Amino acid sequence: MIAPPVMLRTEGLAKRFTLHLQGGLQLNVLNNVDLEVRAGECIALAGPSGAGKSTLLRSLYGNYRADAGRILVRHNGGFVDIVSALPRHVVAVREETLGYVSQFLRVVPRVSALDIVADAARGLAPDAARAAAAALLHRLNIPASLHILPPATFSGGEQQRINLARGFIGGHPILLLDEPTASLDTANRDVVIAMIREAKAGGAAIVGIFHDAFVRDAIADRLYQIAPYQQAA
Amino acid sequence: MTSAAGYNFAYLDEQTKRMIRRALLKAVAIPGHQIPFGSREMPLPYGWGTGGIQVTAAVLGPDDVLKVIDQGADDTTNAVSIRRFFARTAGVATTTDTAAATLIQTRHRIPEKPLREDQILVYQVPQPEPLSRLEPSRAETRRMHALAEYGLMYVKLYEDITRFGHVAISYDYPVMVNGRHLMAPSPIPAFDNPKMHRMAALQLFGAGREKRIYAVPPYTSVVSLDFDDHPFRTTRAPQCCGLCGADSSYLDEIVADDKGGRLFVCSDTDFCEERRAAGHVGPEGVAA
Amino acid sequence: MNLDDAPLLTARGLNLSFGAIPALVDVDADLWPGEMLAIVGESGSGKTTLLNVLSGKLAPRSGQVWYRDPDCIQHDVHAMPQPALRALHRSDWGFVHQNPRENLRMAVSAGGNVGERLMAQGRRHYGDIRTAAIDWLGQVEIDADRIDDLPRTFSGGMLQRLQIARTLVTHPRLVFMDEPTGGLDVSVQARLLDLIRSLVRRLGIAAVLVTHDLAVARLLADRTMVMQRGEVVEAGLTDQVLDDPRHPYTQLLVSSVLQA
Repeated sequence: MIAPPVMLRTEGLAKRFTLHLQGGLQLNVLNNVDLEVRAGECIALAGPSGAGKSTLLRSLYGNYRADAGRILVRHNGGFVDIVSALPRHVVAVREETLGYVSQFLRVVPRVSALDIVADAARGLAPDAARAAAAALLHRLNIPASLHILPPATFSGGEQQRINLARGFIGGHPILLLDEPTASLDTANRDVVIAMIREAKAGGAAIVGIFHDAFVRDAIADRLYQIAPYQQAA
Repeated sequence: MTSAAGYNFAYLDEQTKRMIRRALLKAVAIPGHQIPFGSREMPLPYGWGTGGIQVTAAVLGPDDVLKVIDQGADDTTNAVSIRRFFARTAGVATTTDTAAATLIQTRHRIPEKPLREDQILVYQVPQPEPLSRLEPSRAETRRMHALAEYGLMYVKLYEDITRFGHVAISYDYPVMVNGRHLMAPSPIPAFDNPKMHRMAALQLFGAGREKRIYAVPPYTSVVSLDFDDHPFRTTRAPQCCGLCGADSSYLDEIVADDKGGRLFVCSDTDFCEERRAAGHVGPEGVAA
Repeated sequence: MNLDDAPLLTARGLNLSFGAIPALVDVDADLWPGEMLAIVGESGSGKTTLLNVLSGKLAPRSGQVWYRDPDCIQHDVHAMPQPALRALHRSDWGFVHQNPRENLRMAVSAGGNVGERLMAQGRRHYGDIRTAAIDWLGQVEIDADRIDDLPRTFSGGMLQRLQIARTLVTHPRLVFMDEPTGGLDVSVQARLLDLIRSLVRRLGIAAVLVTHDLAVARLLADRTMVMQRGEVVEAGLTDQVLDDPRHPYTQLLVSSVLQA
């Protein structure tokens, strides 16, 4: 049997923060991260709190700018290096290939939950996108009465589910998940687990941070251990 | 030909006339474009035709026959004074007969009778800048003319149609000259605008207070601004002339008695008289 | 990707100072079709000066700005004849001011304001102009029955939306915006942000947005340039610049934002 294709690979990835407001304090958060994810595979980032799991995830998305190494993403049949790609190419990769579910929802105020989710759909006519968004929100147990409301006033769990719907509706071949089930109850957690499994079955490569051991065991194929960083002098 | 002692022919000195002629030549070369000139103090107040008088003085020759009209009439104060002024300072022949005149100075009308190639029409202009009410900056209006940016004028027409259902400009209706320059035709009624188009006579415009001269050479296109779906239309009082019965001339409304009685008569007095002499009689008229 | 690989607007080596005060120091910028670029920085950082130089309103002491027209011909913005530049400004380009009163004609009805650019382009059919004006008022969420009202009867948010309609009616490819949401109540601001974002995206407009508000940059802009004392100290994807600021000044800016 042929192994599924590599979707995402990092080579010698390093990320350092220089805090100019704190006297130029340097934090070497990531050193030599070599990671490989294949289609249909889910990797859980592991390590103590503060080890740099979120930093790695954000670097993979191009949200944090890596200081060294490469992040190769399979995009349109070739590999794009997120570290060196032009900003607008990173935008294109995010649009078509790289999905990201952050911990917090950050959207234009006043836009309804349904439109926020429909907006993230790819390749669908507006009506079809809204229908798909409504279906996904239903599945995540967001009642229809909330669909037309802007999510600013929603509870933490509801906002996270909006965020999840937004991340999953695009069907991106690579998904980065930052604590997708952190504020969810058991029923919704199970829905999310099912959604992640379906995405994997559909060939998506997934990298995530899952503090909930139950979720991790349910979906992760392997763990990637991040060593706590050393504070530089 | 005798002129009053102590005055140069036609009042202005020769240097000034030359300066005005140079401005006129430029004006004729760029139809509708305003040319600045060194407007002189004239022995009458601004607003009484100082611009028109200077243009007339500059082009008047001893053999010219001068006609002056004010609102179409030869017998109003302004017309009489200016006609007398040139009779005294230039000794030229004057007339009220449109066909007999070689030079016609006018305030606010174009004669009803079509003009000929051997005639010159001089307009008195209070405000030469058609955009003056829309754009207060002179530097900006000059730039708009230079770049032929006339969208703003159409905004004014748009606003009129929106507010009144039609363009509510009844006089000094803006025209496009030679397809290039937006021009104020002086406060003639919009009714007269079509007469300017491809007119055989040379049309000269003088604005004394604003110190501008412009011109429309013979047979030049002069088009009133409009929209495709709201074409330019002339309007006149629906009556016919009370004296001569003309039904296509521009009419003045005259209060005829103390009881509020009104009479509509031709604004062009010469036109009216000529018709009455030819035997036309209106509903209020008496056969001449 | 072939055409999109060429920037719509390119600036190289822009320098300008006002007396001893540097307003632009070696500024480079690129804007690709359909992209929104935010210029952020505090007052006096040179961001509005940059906007004015990019849009040809203000000449730099040195450096060049190039605009690529729909026929892929490059124009040196500061060497263009003035008629061509002005024609560009009323057709392919748009400019949205912070104060809509600077751009609108307050004595002209809303419909006349929206229709002016069409008339300036030579449109001479009253009915068509009015139809376009009604359409655009709808797109900026102003009731069609306000078309004949004077702008002075409009609220601040409506004025700003009217200005946007007036600017976008000719379907410009490139819009310059100077603090378009400045001076508005936050509730009005949110609505306007959503409107700008959806219009720009739907029409595929490229935009340069000057703002001192990092939240506005985050919600609207693909890329962000941070300016300090006339220099671009940091540039990149908006979320990179705001979430992973590298330059001390950007770190200061990001850490100074009040959390509501």
